[in-house]
Amino acid sequence: MKLGFSAAEEEFRAECADWLTAQMSGEFADIKGITTLTEKAERRKEWEQHLGAHGWGCIGWPKAWGGRDASLAQQVIFAEEYARAGVPGRVNHIGIELAGPTLLTLGTEEQKRRFLPDIAAGKTIFCQGFSEPNAGSDLASVRTKARLEGGEWVVDGQKIWTSLAHISDWIFVVARSEEGSKGPKGLTFLMMELDQPGIDIRPIRQINGDAEFNETFFDGARCREDSLIGAVGDGWRVAMTLLSFERGVSTLGQQMAFRNELDAIIAAAKANGASTDPLIRQRIAKAEIGLRLMRYGALRMLSNTDHASVDGAALTYKIQWASWRRSLGELAMDVLGQAGEVTDHDGYEWPMLPNLFLYSRADTIYGGTNQIQRNLIAERGLGLPREPRGEA
Amino acid sequence: MDFVFTDEQRMIAETAQAFFTENATSERTRAAMAADGIDHALWQAFCQELGLSGIGIPESVGGAGLGLVELAIIAEAAGAQVAALPLLGSLALVAQAIAAGGSDEQRTAWLPALLTGETIAAHITATDLAADGNRISASSAFVAHGSAAQLFLVSGASGSWMVRADAPGVTVTAQTTMDQTRPYARVTVTGAEGEPLADGKAGTQAATNAALIVLAAEGLGLAQAALDRTVAYSRDRVQFGRAVGSFQAYKHRLADMMVEIEQARSAVYWAACAVDEGADDAQLAVHAAKSFAADTAFRCASDMIQLHGGIGFTWDHDAHLFFKRARALQTMMGNGDWHREQIAAMVLGETA
Repeated sequence: MKLGFSAAEEEFRAECADWLTAQMSGEFADIKGITTLTEKAERRKEWEQHLGAHGWGCIGWPKAWGGRDASLAQQVIFAEEYARAGVPGRVNHIGIELAGPTLLTLGTEEQKRRFLPDIAAGKTIFCQGFSEPNAGSDLASVRTKARLEGGEWVVDGQKIWTSLAHISDWIFVVARSEEGSKGPKGLTFLMMELDQPGIDIRPIRQINGDAEFNETFFDGARCREDSLIGAVGDGWRVAMTLLSFERGVSTLGQQMAFRNELDAIIAAAKANGASTDPLIRQRIAKAEIGLRLMRYGALRMLSNTDHASVDGAALTYKIQWASWRRSLGELAMDVLGQAGEVTDHDGYEWPMLPNLFLYSRADTIYGGTNQIQRNLIAERGLGLPREPRGEA
Repeated sequence: MDFVFTDEQRMIAETAQAFFTENATSERTRAAMAADGIDHALWQAFCQELGLSGIGIPESVGGAGLGLVELAIIAEAAGAQVAALPLLGSLALVAQAIAAGGSDEQRTAWLPALLTGETIAAHITATDLAADGNRISASSAFVAHGSAAQLFLVSGASGSWMVRADAPGVTVTAQTTMDQTRPYARVTVTGAEGEPLADGKAGTQAATNAALIVLAAEGLGLAQAALDRTVAYSRDRVQFGRAVGSFQAYKHRLADMMVEIEQARSAVYWAACAVDEGADDAQLAVHAAKSFAADTAFRCASDMIQLHGGIGFTWDHDAHLFFKRARALQTMMGNGDWHREQIAAMVLGETA
């Protein structure tokens, strides 16, 4: 057990920090410090390409596909320095962290050649088409249909909560390809281009006034026959493989963004005197502890490469960070007081901390609600009986 | 950077777990609770047969080397059984203080008997410590395992002194204590002869870090055992024709315990590693580990009683041993609010 980094790793840290800081004070100074996923979308896509062109787009990938074969420690370091430099979140997070690793694991050589170079170069932005109006927590009950017709897949149905679909190029979709099948059987995992007549994207306005999510409608939408990952009917397994990458190194970058949020709260508390309130001090300390424990939980999870036993740190990670961040939003508002409930913006737009308060209500819902997480922890982690199921 | 146990650490964990599970039985612990709160035969076996008592003490002064990570592994295993042992006083506090702050002569004179278990030591933190030369006066009502100790290390603002329990001027009165596995004694030292630790400050610093990590690790082991035992009960206990562990209200409470425990695990081993490696944030880590793990222990022990129903409230069931130890873990060496206040001062930039 060892926490420290080697001299070579610290050198790598300096290299990352230097490059990222230079970009954020130079060519991309205009996007520094942006905390939402939607602001300045076009510039953010240019940033993705810039990262790719300089070999920083997906350092954990193999060299052959545009990565650097970076070690775990190097990926940890890059994620930390990325957020420390005030670089905004990756609009191609889904492509880099989910679609890419899934293709690397389950894709054919031809598919890898078709998709990976463009993802690595930041030229193909991916979004995720899993949830549907009637398939939320119960993801396996998707109804969107796919059928083969004239050498193409034809897809009809509706996806929802498709984050950033409106700025994306491709979507991966879990669709029912076997007529009459139920639950996780008979599903197929397809990669589809978004810019086509059969796909209609409509933004969903959220409680913070922003529209990061969309409804995505498929009406005779098409993709090539060889656009499926895995076999026909094997889509559930592919989807689960993909979701297992959600707990990858990117979680550490996410944590550094949380660090910036907590630092903003601490600065606000010092500025308005809330930091002298003993109850606020306790909550700041609890937030600090929670953030640190998230880091070390993630390092345990990432260091545990043999997966010999049930990985408790991995299983509990989602509910841990989501609950922490929701509390952080409440702490932010309690530090700000009523000043947090008014905005200087012309429209219904919020500064970082009130926006955190509103946005974080989604954290405990998307990617598996806290209630679903507890079921998973109890059933997979503690071996308790499964929830009874009704008729599908 | 590799935040998992090494093969050697895994082996120590397995050895310690097997030893405490087999030997620190409820029956033996309860016998100790009815006496001075120490299972003396178990302590002898731990020190002499298992040979793990020197862990965390440098080999150069007669210890087994290794560090606080390994000491935490042992405390975690002992905590899981709520073992009635002087691990905290003899090893984490006094042996650590002497190893870090004692002169060569003092280490040679005192450490071997502590590590073989021949001498049991307790630590006295005194706010009223007064020294007239080497004549010491001090008192504390909360000296853990004080009635069983042959040696006291008395620490205060002016330094640390070793005082023999049988020295003239020392009176020890056992207190009936809620946690009978680590009962408190009232110790009054009035002009008794003491031997000053060569570097009291270094001794106190090392002892404080080690003891806070041991308390946190005990809390972690205790919390995990409370969860494991409750999970086992929930599979067997049937009501309304179903195992009670199949009810979502029950399952979710167990899941919440696991969420806290996994964080406590990160906290304990982060802190132990940070102190071992001399990391910049070691003090913050120790405050975080103590407050978080002790609170986790209390929460899990409370839930253990609630989720066992009536049987969990009986003297015969072990749940109350967990509950009472957890309560003591919370208050010993600063409660959670105090440790969090230290962290608040650090992150608000108020410390020097």
